[in-house]
Amino acid sequence: MRFSIYRYNPEADDKPRMQDYDVALEPADRMLLDALVRIKAHDDTLAFRRSCREGVCGSDGMNINGKNGLACITRMADLKEPVVIRPLPGLPVVRDLIVDLSQFFKQYHSVKPYLVNDDPPPATERLQLPGDRDALDGLYECILCACCSTACPSFWWNPDKFVGPAGLLQAYRFIADSRDQATNQRLDDLEDPYRLFRCHSIMNCVEVCPKGLNPTRAIGKIKELLVKRTV
Amino acid sequence: MVRREVVGARYGVRDWLAQRVTAVVMAVYTLLVLAVFVSVPVVDYWHWKSLWELAVMRYATVLFLLSLYLHAWIGVRNIFMDYIQDPGLRLTLYTIVIAALMSYAVWSVQILWGV
Repeated sequence: MRFSIYRYNPEADDKPRMQDYDVALEPADRMLLDALVRIKAHDDTLAFRRSCREGVCGSDGMNINGKNGLACITRMADLKEPVVIRPLPGLPVVRDLIVDLSQFFKQYHSVKPYLVNDDPPPATERLQLPGDRDALDGLYECILCACCSTACPSFWWNPDKFVGPAGLLQAYRFIADSRDQATNQRLDDLEDPYRLFRCHSIMNCVEVCPKGLNPTRAIGKIKELLVKRTV
Repeated sequence: MVRREVVGARYGVRDWLAQRVTAVVMAVYTLLVLAVFVSVPVVDYWHWKSLWELAVMRYATVLFLLSLYLHAWIGVRNIFMDYIQDPGLRLTLYTIVIAALMSYAVWSVQILWGV
């Protein structure tokens, strides 16, 4: 099978290049990550991140035939040849398919992605009604693979100011949490032309999310709450 | 000046809402005008002129145009925020767009009441 893979070592190369690989796959090589591991067995200079190899850790996010996704849960059978693999777009490349995610995590941390509750903690745990717990479905599953934020044009233009779909999904995850007491501060923090309102509902995030989540809907809910608070 | 990334202007929801409200106003006006054109055939200049002498048409049209200018302002500002990174240049462009849109607003009223 033919692959065309982005190669770049900023310390040694003047500019990035695409390297072609022809690989004979084994029957067990079902997913793209299997193929990448096989390529790396032949050429150990190729660098990429991977860990759990089953779509849970979010390490192997990359741009596959033009669309962001996780290599470990992308089926080889669904890919057109040559398979063009590039790093996630819009972030600085550390090496080959490895990008520097500092900016992404800085935005994630900026939404205070943890429960804020000043009540004394109960002996066991803070309970929720089943309905309240259901409100977190479609939000808590995010694995922070950065596929969505790096597919978002608004994040490309303003990665330092726009929180991005992943961060905003997490922001809403805590706004929606019945145990959280900082809703107003969270909304204050997001009511900003850059932090939230750079989202123009382009919906690339929904298109690429490997977990099938919908950050645009979460962002819409935040906007709804802001409107409710204003009018 | 310190090199520090600053965000937190605490606005945005009003503009976001205004853009949606003005879109509704424009949509309603468009349907209304289409209905008028279908029911009242405009065959010559005098028909056209008498239609625009109606106060309701003038006010509706002014409302439509003001909505358009406000809608355009928010949209154009969004584009500048995305693509123009230098704050000085951005402010200059904002000023030009505001001046242009305000002139259009005055001009629209002049045209409508000058028929």
